[in-house]
Amino acid sequence: MSHPLLAILRRDLSLMLRGGRQGGVVLPVLFFLAVAMLFPFAVGPDPRLLARAGGGVIWVAALLAAILPLDRLIEPDMQLGCFDQWALRGISEEAVVMVRVVAHWLSFAPALMLAALPAGALLGLDGGTLRLVELGLAAGTPGLAALGVTVAAVTAGLKGGTALAGLLVIPLAVPVLIFGAGSLAAGGESGIALAAAASLVLVALAPFAGGAAVRAGR
Amino acid sequence: MQDKRCGGFGGPWALAWQAVSFPLSGGVMQASLAPSTASGPGVRLGASALACRRGDRLLFSGLSLALRPGEALRVAGANGIGKSSLIRILAGLAAPYAGTVEREGAIGLIDERLALDPALPLGQALAFWARLDGVEEDALSANLAALGLDELTDVPVRYLSTGQKKRAGLARLLGQRAAIWLLDEPLNGLDTAACAVVEALAAQHCAGGGICLIASHQPFALAGMAVLDLAEFAA
Repeated sequence: MSHPLLAILRRDLSLMLRGGRQGGVVLPVLFFLAVAMLFPFAVGPDPRLLARAGGGVIWVAALLAAILPLDRLIEPDMQLGCFDQWALRGISEEAVVMVRVVAHWLSFAPALMLAALPAGALLGLDGGTLRLVELGLAAGTPGLAALGVTVAAVTAGLKGGTALAGLLVIPLAVPVLIFGAGSLAAGGESGIALAAAASLVLVALAPFAGGAAVRAGR
Repeated sequence: MQDKRCGGFGGPWALAWQAVSFPLSGGVMQASLAPSTASGPGVRLGASALACRRGDRLLFSGLSLALRPGEALRVAGANGIGKSSLIRILAGLAAPYAGTVEREGAIGLIDERLALDPALPLGQALAFWARLDGVEEDALSANLAALGLDELTDVPVRYLSTGQKKRAGLARLLGQRAAIWLLDEPLNGLDTAACAVVEALAAQHCAGGGICLIASHQPFALAGMAVLDLAEFAA
């Protein structure tokens, strides 16, 4: 018998990756690439401008891609009564939310970091900038995932929760974005360390905030 | 394994500890292993001076009950009188407005929410809970056969009929091997044959030292079952 939390992680991943609930990995990645491709059309083909702004564009696209599946992260399981059944089996909401953060991160971040390579090429980023973007994404996406799951838990069951979730995530993601994307302008890795710190705080808070939200919404 | 959460959340520290301690203490593990040995003399379900409020309305108050191993109780009453609320309070999923709940033994709950992924085939959806509850594959198939679901394992849950869904929920309950069954309208949508099966399962559960609490507006044939009319406690 496997550990219950591993069984839940397996279920979450199979639902998310296969597209049962979220359109799979493909949808956020296509969305991410579409944003990166549209940007040059919007600001013009000047290579210097694109190279300067490109890193920031990738960050914003990553944030938007992480927001896409928010409405399907927590609410379906509340509607289905899964959280009730887990609680009866002694599996706390906090544990489930923590597992969900891991599953959400796995379902969008690795694919996104791969897709950042062609996106960087489309925007004409040089190797050093692309390296900083990739490092920053590795540091910042866990925080974005944690934030997404927390906000999804808070807005689950609300009317118009999806739009509200997007609105709530964006300002709260500012620290990760400032440090992650800011490291590109400053040209240093200290920004990435700060993005990782902000990310860690979000990851640490998510199970408690999300778990409490799920219980309150019951 | 008395559940301390029944009377509220036990303060933020208890909440924090509960969340922090799960990977260390193996509490999760224990909970999923416990049901196989859960039926026994220690099992009981009690409530004293329970009151339930929904919104501004007091649904019932002063409700007490005590169930020992092998006992069954049907909670009767009109729609909206608070049967489902009572079940959720007894399960520890909702806090009572007043009063306390005491329970020893794992809780198995069946209500209108299936907790089965609608997109998955029935077999896979149930296999997830079987993994959590530590049910072997043959035991799961035996449960499915007992409820007449063995032909439907390839059908996605969303295509099942009301009665078939109800039976799928019961298959999950059987796998859980919980000592205390809380069944909210277990016969809704079932045909006569399936009703008889459910009544037989409940009888078997009680005979094995389990506790059955059934909220139903329709009769439930079970020998020795007491009836509690919620109307007597309506506020």
